[in-house]
Amino acid sequence: MLAFVLRRLFQSLIVMLAVALIAFTMFRFVGDPVNQMVGVDTPQEQVAQLRQTLGLDEPVIVQFARYIYNAARLEFGVSYQFRLPVISLLGERAPATLELAFMSALFSLLVGIPMGVYTALRRDSWLAKIFQTVSLVGISLPTFLIGILLIYLFSVTLGWLPSFGRGEVVKLGSWWTTGFLTGSGWKALILPSITLGLFQMTLIMRLVRAEMLEVLRTDYIKFARARGLRTRAIHFGHALKNTLVPVITIAGLQLGSIIAFAIITETVFQWPGMGLLFLKAVQQVDIPIMAAYLMLISFLFVSINLIVDLLYALVDPRLRATIGAH
Amino acid sequence: MSVQPASTPKPPPSLWARILDSDILASFLRSKVTMVAAVIVLVLFIGAFFSPWIAPTNPFDPATVFLSDANIPPAWQQGGDPKFILGTDDQGRDLYSAILYGLRVSLIVGLLGVALAATIGITLGLLAGYLGGRVDSLIMRIADVQLTFPAILIALLIDGIVRGIFKHANREDTALYVLVISIGLSFWVQYARTIRGSTLVERNKDYVQAARLVGLPAPLIMLRHVLPNVIGPVLVILTINLALAVITEATLSFLGVGLPPTQPSLGTLISIGNRYLFSGDWWIVTFPGVTLAVLVLAVNLLGDWLRDALNPRLR
Repeated sequence: MLAFVLRRLFQSLIVMLAVALIAFTMFRFVGDPVNQMVGVDTPQEQVAQLRQTLGLDEPVIVQFARYIYNAARLEFGVSYQFRLPVISLLGERAPATLELAFMSALFSLLVGIPMGVYTALRRDSWLAKIFQTVSLVGISLPTFLIGILLIYLFSVTLGWLPSFGRGEVVKLGSWWTTGFLTGSGWKALILPSITLGLFQMTLIMRLVRAEMLEVLRTDYIKFARARGLRTRAIHFGHALKNTLVPVITIAGLQLGSIIAFAIITETVFQWPGMGLLFLKAVQQVDIPIMAAYLMLISFLFVSINLIVDLLYALVDPRLRATIGAH
Repeated sequence: MSVQPASTPKPPPSLWARILDSDILASFLRSKVTMVAAVIVLVLFIGAFFSPWIAPTNPFDPATVFLSDANIPPAWQQGGDPKFILGTDDQGRDLYSAILYGLRVSLIVGLLGVALAATIGITLGLLAGYLGGRVDSLIMRIADVQLTFPAILIALLIDGIVRGIFKHANREDTALYVLVISIGLSFWVQYARTIRGSTLVERNKDYVQAARLVGLPAPLIMLRHVLPNVIGPVLVILTINLALAVITEATLSFLGVGLPPTQPSLGTLISIGNRYLFSGDWWIVTFPGVTLAVLVLAVNLLGDWLRDALNPRLR
């Protein structure tokens, strides 16, 4: 078990180093940082001096080591367009993205699981068929079109919900801002959360449906029926409980892609989060922000994958046995 | 005078006859949804690639576009103009023509992107599967890492980097290539994994061993002997990936890092229309949006059917 943990940790470290190498290459070679900082008429000696103070004349490997050292201390340099440290720009916008991601994940679970259970239990009812069709459309429609559709319906036509921004936010502590404490904050969250969560919701619904159908065919369900348990107890006590393990795994793994897909939703709703910042960085080729965002997102992905793998090994004794056999 | 042989051997059935006789055609004719999807895809492809002849106006010819025609509603609405069936956009371009031209741009980017992704993926998959060893583990580790990230994120990142490299070029000249490169580099993994898997199986079969014994060079064996035997499953991935590539292109253009408004794709048109949503000009965003959704849905349905039809276990 210890060997497995160590090997997984080592693999994650290698992945992070590879990502750091990509980020460093972008940072160092795509946009020359010195050219971005000096004007056209800066004298040549001054440019050389700046190059030296930034350490850009040292061997590349030394620069890479320093880049990693700085990244570990969350220092990602200064944004070209805002002239502010990248980490404070990202930190300021992180709460918006995290709250949005949390609400979308919640929405996709709370709606997706019941829909999946229903379509599995009442496979031939008309409502189940509607759910299935909706899920096909949900997978085919691009996220931004769903966002536009929702805005057109609920903001432009009906005027019920705001179409952009976070509403009123309350400051908690030194840097966290939350929209959960005001009415307008809650209202502003609804449309973006649905837009962002819809794809995951259809995914979870299809997964729960497939797993339920599988479990309902197993012997222990037949045996439970034979024992004369009530249908409700069989469906929810036995069947649903056993479908939830893969669902929770997938949901955990999808959390990373929710945060990545937030880029699109945040653009449609002008949500002041990290995704919108990243998109502006891509538009302006603001390399420090792009590199930092890449590193942060990768760290998130790698951590989630690592945790899920370790939990799996902990929960599933069969997996533990095969790991031991290696 | 010609000598007639006593008995002519029966000629092998022509390609057309074999198609008519195949299971795939039968399963195609059995599924009504698939047939509708195929007709829609065909109509959209014809509309897109013959747009210069079909479209009533050339929306990119400044001589025929007048700003005074901007934001005219569709012909059946109050204030509509029969000259512009689906209305006009903010620069006075006929929306119907712009959609046909935009569809063409979207499809070209999608097809080229998928072709690039398939070429990269098939090459790397063949190399990994046939050569094995270090090459294999290097390529597959890169694929694993890339697979942990959503394709749209990778496409956005590559888009930013490529545009950083081409910084001094005119954006209108490079936009299309930037998109094709982004899509190609984001979607190659699936091809590589599929091809590698089947190459690993084929590599040990007798015909490959025989080719090796004869002394054929490895690239020739890979291309002429292994590739034709592993290419089958790629067809399904190609179809489903085309839908994904079109969505990715539209998303990037919508986000403002794809095609510029001077040569709009469907995504660019939607992005333009989105700005006029609040002033009640619903048609500028609706018609390109519906076109995109219908295209993606139809291609996906075709892909689903193809996957089932080619799956021997489901026959």
